[in-house]
Amino acid sequence: MRLSRKACLLTRRQFVAAGALGGAAMVIGCAPGKGENWEFLSEDQARALAAICDQIVPADDFPSASQAGVLSFIDRQLVRHFRRHREAYRSGLEEAQAISRERCGQDLALLPPQQQLEIVSELSRQDREFFELVRGHTLEGYYGSPRHGGNRDAVSWRMLGLPEPPPLGRAQYDLRKGSPS
Amino acid sequence: MKRVNAVVVGAGAAGGIVAKELAVAGLSVVLLERGKWYTANDCRKDDLRNQRTTILGNAFGPEDEGNPRVWVDPRGVPHIVLPSEGSYQNNAACVGGGTLSYGAQAWRYLPQDFRMRSTYGAPAGSSLEDWPIGYDDLERFYEKAEYEIGISGDYSGTPFHGPRKRPLPMPPLPPGREFAILEPAAKRLGLHPFHIPMARNSVPYNGRGPCMRCRWCCGFACEVDAKNGSQNTVIPIALNTGNCELRTECMAKEILTDERGRARGVSYFDERGRLQEQLSDLVVVSACATESARLLLNSKSLLFPDGLGNRHDQVGRHLQGHHYTGAVGYFDFETYDDVGPGATIAVTDYNHGTPGLCGGGMLANEFIRLPIHMIDRLPDKAPRWGAGHKQAMRDWHKRSIVIMGPTQQIPTAEGRVTLDPAVRDKWGLPVVRLMGNVHPHTFEIGEVQAKRAQAWLKEAGAIDTSLMSYKAEQVSAGQHQAGTCRMGSDPKSSVVDQSCRIHDVDNVFVIDSSVHVTNGGFNPVLTIMAIAYYASDALVRNWKGTGFRS
Repeated sequence: MRLSRKACLLTRRQFVAAGALGGAAMVIGCAPGKGENWEFLSEDQARALAAICDQIVPADDFPSASQAGVLSFIDRQLVRHFRRHREAYRSGLEEAQAISRERCGQDLALLPPQQQLEIVSELSRQDREFFELVRGHTLEGYYGSPRHGGNRDAVSWRMLGLPEPPPLGRAQYDLRKGSPS
Repeated sequence: MKRVNAVVVGAGAAGGIVAKELAVAGLSVVLLERGKWYTANDCRKDDLRNQRTTILGNAFGPEDEGNPRVWVDPRGVPHIVLPSEGSYQNNAACVGGGTLSYGAQAWRYLPQDFRMRSTYGAPAGSSLEDWPIGYDDLERFYEKAEYEIGISGDYSGTPFHGPRKRPLPMPPLPPGREFAILEPAAKRLGLHPFHIPMARNSVPYNGRGPCMRCRWCCGFACEVDAKNGSQNTVIPIALNTGNCELRTECMAKEILTDERGRARGVSYFDERGRLQEQLSDLVVVSACATESARLLLNSKSLLFPDGLGNRHDQVGRHLQGHHYTGAVGYFDFETYDDVGPGATIAVTDYNHGTPGLCGGGMLANEFIRLPIHMIDRLPDKAPRWGAGHKQAMRDWHKRSIVIMGPTQQIPTAEGRVTLDPAVRDKWGLPVVRLMGNVHPHTFEIGEVQAKRAQAWLKEAGAIDTSLMSYKAEQVSAGQHQAGTCRMGSDPKSSVVDQSCRIHDVDNVFVIDSSVHVTNGGFNPVLTIMAIAYYASDALVRNWKGTGFRS
């Protein structure tokens, strides 16, 4: 089932519900701030990271990075394939918070979007390496395979107008099954 | 363990063919492969974990744990690199090797590609050289590869190819939308566009069906088994003879030699990590350029203190791959048809004959893109993140075409594989240390090729283009790696003779891309296969029971 543009403008909870109606199998990892059990991130880190990811892929007619599950993607991989980047995330998120508190006197997650954009822009200048790491992971999660949790219900593929699931006759197997990498 | 006639190390493009040719000729063969035998379902069309996009690791090996290499950067600083990182220059570790998941372009090199030095002269500082054999020596083995492995395509559109006796066994796949856009444009430019030869069934062939045109092609195992590699052609034939035993997850440690300096077998770690010895009459090394060199260098003994075949410090030198450059074109109409494999059209007009350039390369449109590939291929003026990036993804994913190609690299003796003095892999073996680069003229050729790709796209109606041209900091060897055990007649400047036999040792052969003197301006796999048939042919002809006719 195809998500209408309007459905994507709904609130986060409604979006998840709409996704489930649409046949989404990926309900692992919801949006932050709901007492989610992160595998690596603390609640504070998750909120700050969500703010950064959502500047890299903001919501418009289609969901933002965190709405599409990118946080779950990054969090899951920080105890798997991205293990070597743990320290970079720890210190990078601390730096982002420090910039936010210094400039705006508040946690990054609590700022309005326009100010978040300014802080993230500043972060990209001050700590290019960390920003590029998050940028890569965010875009990869958002545009990659839904099975890793960052492109929930293939929402970015639908956004690009790609048939999802692929046309009949092209998929012999149920590609969503099997243990995630 | 029972002694056999031959141990073949590596079940990839070349090793699979050698094992089959020897087994069919009646030799007993043990085929060692460090990886597993995967099926398409092990990869599950994972955009983030396949053999081309390795953000979450390599789908077909080696895994990141326990398989490091060392890359020495241009400033001389060594870095430990993982198999999923680009500077590792990985190919694959599995039955089929790269051919399980490749894009499957199956090119013959051009006659000039075997005579690069006499055609152009060697640029100062390069090690450009002629092959000791030529296109004519390989022609019938190219043909054998095309028919046994199964190649589709159509050369009739171009005059730029070597003489051939038979057409390809299968017609090309029906052209996609990019072909329809690019073909007339190329013709208007006076070029000769044609259908890329592919190791992919376009019609039922070899008992398997045709390509179903899906989006997950290059980097993935084919889920309908329409892509032809050694794992679904020659290796099953080898096993069916009853003469060949394939041992997977077995890592070769060293080639064992006796007191007279002849090989007596191979020691290896089996799938449970136990050290085993397989004795044999002859040893064939087919582990791909980087790992073949490593195995020879790790095979040290009193008679060969610097490694087997390395008396003159030649093993590991002249490492090369291809320098890929090209351009992205952006259109005001949809170019994307969601029909794989995507890469369909090529020109070989630019491989040779440009005054001032030592060669060139083939140009072709790129394999069908996944959204992940588009993230950093947007117009130069598009924002790299934020709302503008998201909009640019929507604007251009379906309205762009990539043309690029493998510029033939000009090798140097300093671009090489050695052993790292300190770093060990999970078996305790010294790992590959990559250093040096190709000759800088390579990058000048690449830049010209990128502009040619751009011109083709503009002629096809691109309203904007961006160049993909750069100067690599290391030899971009990777899946096209070649040239570490150079074929030649002088033992002082080469490692193997023209039958792929090591100069020093009469029962050890290196049969894979390592022997390539130069690597053509094409994807190398069909040449690797032709060499494997060619060298196996000589080997079998000279074989007499348990030794060789002298």
